[in-house]
Parts: sequence; C-alpha cells; structure tokens
Amino acid sequence: MKRRTMAALLIGSAAGGVARLAADAPVEIRIAARKFEFHPNKVAVKRGQPLTLVLMSEDRIHGFKVPDLGLRAEIVPGQETRVALTPEKVGSFTFFCDVFCGDGHEEMDGTLIVEA
Amino acid sequence: MSQVDRREFLKLSSIAGVAFTAGLFPSAQSSAQSGNFHFVQFSDTHWGYKGPANPDAEHTLEKAVATVNGLASPPDFIVFTGDLTHTTDDPKLRRERMKRFREIVSALRVKDVRFMPGEHDAALDKGEAYKEFFGALNYTFDHKGVHFIALDNVSDPAAKLGDEQLAWLAADLKQRKADDRIVVLTHRPLFDLKPDWDWTTADGAKAMELLMPYKNVVVFYGHIHRQHHHMTGHIAHHAASSLIFELAEPGSQPKRGPLPYDAATPGKGLGTRDIAMADKVSFVELPATKG
Ligand SMILES: [Cu+2]
Repeated sequence: MKRRTMAALLIGSAAGGVARLAADAPVEIRIAARKFEFHPNKVAVKRGQPLTLVLMSEDRIHGFKVPDLGLRAEIVPGQETRVALTPEKVGSFTFFCDVFCGDGHEEMDGTLIVEA
Repeated sequence: MSQVDRREFLKLSSIAGVAFTAGLFPSAQSSAQSGNFHFVQFSDTHWGYKGPANPDAEHTLEKAVATVNGLASPPDFIVFTGDLTHTTDDPKLRRERMKRFREIVSALRVKDVRFMPGEHDAALDKGEAYKEFFGALNYTFDHKGVHFIALDNVSDPAAKLGDEQLAWLAADLKQRKADDRIVVLTHRPLFDLKPDWDWTTADGAKAMELLMPYKNVVVFYGHIHRQHHHMTGHIAHHAASSLIFELAEPGSQPKRGPLPYDAATPGKGLGTRDIAMADKVSFVELPATKG
C-alpha cells in the first residue's frame, strides 16, 4: 500500500552516518514547524536533485505531509526528522501539517516548488 | 428566501422530501425488513468560533434548532457528526463551549440526540473532555431495522481510526447479514476526497474494505463544510453542510477556504438535513437561512 512506500522514503536516523561521495550528497533543507506555520513555507528545488528535508518543531508535535509525493512524517520536538526525496516531477506541491495542533491548524501549510 | 417561502419549503420538504435520492439501499429485499423513518443530521456547528467567515456565529445554531423544531413531521432522532465546538488550547474553555453547546441543543424538541466528535472537539485531548459531556467516541445503535455505526476518525490527532477500532468494526459487521441496512456516521471522509486539503482518513480505506461485502451501506459525514456525494463501488458517501461557514468546492481554488461571508446572502451554504430511510435513502437540505 501507499503507506509502505511512504515509510520506505523516510531515511533512518542521522546516526546512520554512511559516508557518501560529495557529488551524491543530498542537499539539506531545514524547515521549522511551529503553531501554525512552516518556516520557510516556500521551498524551491531542482528536479532530480537528491534532498534531505530536516524538519524540526519549535513547540509541539506536528505533521508533515505531501500527498502528491507520497511523503508523510511526524515532527516531534527535540529531534530532527529527516525525510529523503529526489523529486522527479516538475510542479508545485502542497505540504501541510496533518497532526491536529489547534486553532489555526488548517492554515499550517506550504509549497514545494520543483523546477526543471 | 422569505419567511413564507422558507415555511413553504420546509412543508414541502417534510411531505415530498426528495432533494437528493441516492441509489441507495439497492437491494430490493431489504425494504421488507423495516418501517420507514427519517432523522436529521447536524454537522460542524463549531460552537465558540468567532471570525469574519460568520459574523452571525452566535445565532446560527439556535436558528437551525428552531428550523428543525418547526419540521411538520418530527424526525425519529437527530445526529451531530462532529465539530460540535470550535477548538481551543484551554481545557477549561473547551468544557465551557461543550456545556453551552449542550444547553443550546437541549432546546431540540426531539430528545433522542446522538453526538459524534470532530477533531476540533477531540484531537487535542484525545477525546477526554468530549467523553465527559457526550459519552463514547464510537458506538452502534439500531433503529427500526437499520444498523447505525458511529466511527471516530478524529480523536487520534493524525486522523486515524486505529487498529483497535477497526477490529471493533470488523467484529460488529460479522454479526450483520450481507443485505442488512447499515448507516455509517463519521466526521471525516472515509475515502480520499482531497488529500492535499486533508480531506481524508489515514486508514479510511481499511474501513471501506470491511464494509464492501455489505450490499446496503451508506455513509453520512461532515468535516468538509459542504455537500458532496461520492460512490466507492456501491457505497454512497454524503457530506453535510456546516452551520458555521462554507468551504470551497474541491479543486475550485488553491485553498479550501473558508469562503468569505456575504452579507447579502447570510447563511448561504449553511444548514442541516432531513434524511428519509425507506427502500431508498433520500434527503432534503434544510437551510439555516433566515428570510
Ligand atoms: Cu501543526
């Protein structure tokens, strides 16, 4: 099922520490989550560029979901949540918090822009 | 709509009662099982909401209660499919809102009223306050030969039914015959209506899988603050209007809304509905609009 694919896309903890060649090294993008926004909430990336999204929460547990890319993670305060992806489709993809977090939860979203 | 028109409409509604007929309860034999009846669905009342999307928020619920009390033929019972209250981080204020909500709806003349939680009621404290005021988060009941199943896809803040509830659902369904008439009541859509607007239930597909072998199933839900009709195979899903503000038609704009309040048409897109159960299911939307 879709869920399993999503889980497979989440890479392990930072402690995994396998050395990589510089050319293969994913670009790290740090995104902070707090009630009720992501910062930054617009992220532009290049198609085919391996990425690691490094998600951190400043207050409580939030979600991070990109339905169009089959990505989903929970962002727990006090730790980095790392999500690996290599975007293959050009376009604008909505990401949003899918862990109900209060009055404003519905506005907690952003856009991942994949350019050619 | 003028007061007179509205009264006429309500009268017609209760007599003719066909604004939307789902091709539902398709199995012909099932009609012999039970008498006909109707019930009313309220959804997404969001008591406690203050904001520009509904300047009349303090009165909309009371008006809807009056509308339902004025039905020429009173419903057998009334259901509320979640988001009774608007969320707050303050546990004390949450309980005050639930208390006030309960007072307002106690004016309903029909006393058989069933509540269900929405994420605004239950996601921040896993349903703790909700249970104090309204009881169980999920349950079943039977009425005139129809089996009702209320599912909770909101008290888990990640919008999951969860394996425990799915096992409970499976065990309940095992006791049903394939052509039993079954109504599922829930807050969020059990199918992927619009995943990028969060109009989905994380494990809703598992519930649908369990329901698929049953021939006469219909789902009534809320959450999306507008009417919407969808089929998963032979199973119809009907989303209800809200009583607080309308959200956008899926895909019609980048964000779901709320749609802006229009002073020229107060109450537009808001309302409850009267659901008639016979060999087919049909329902009539009851506007919250005051003439
Ligand atoms: Cu959040």
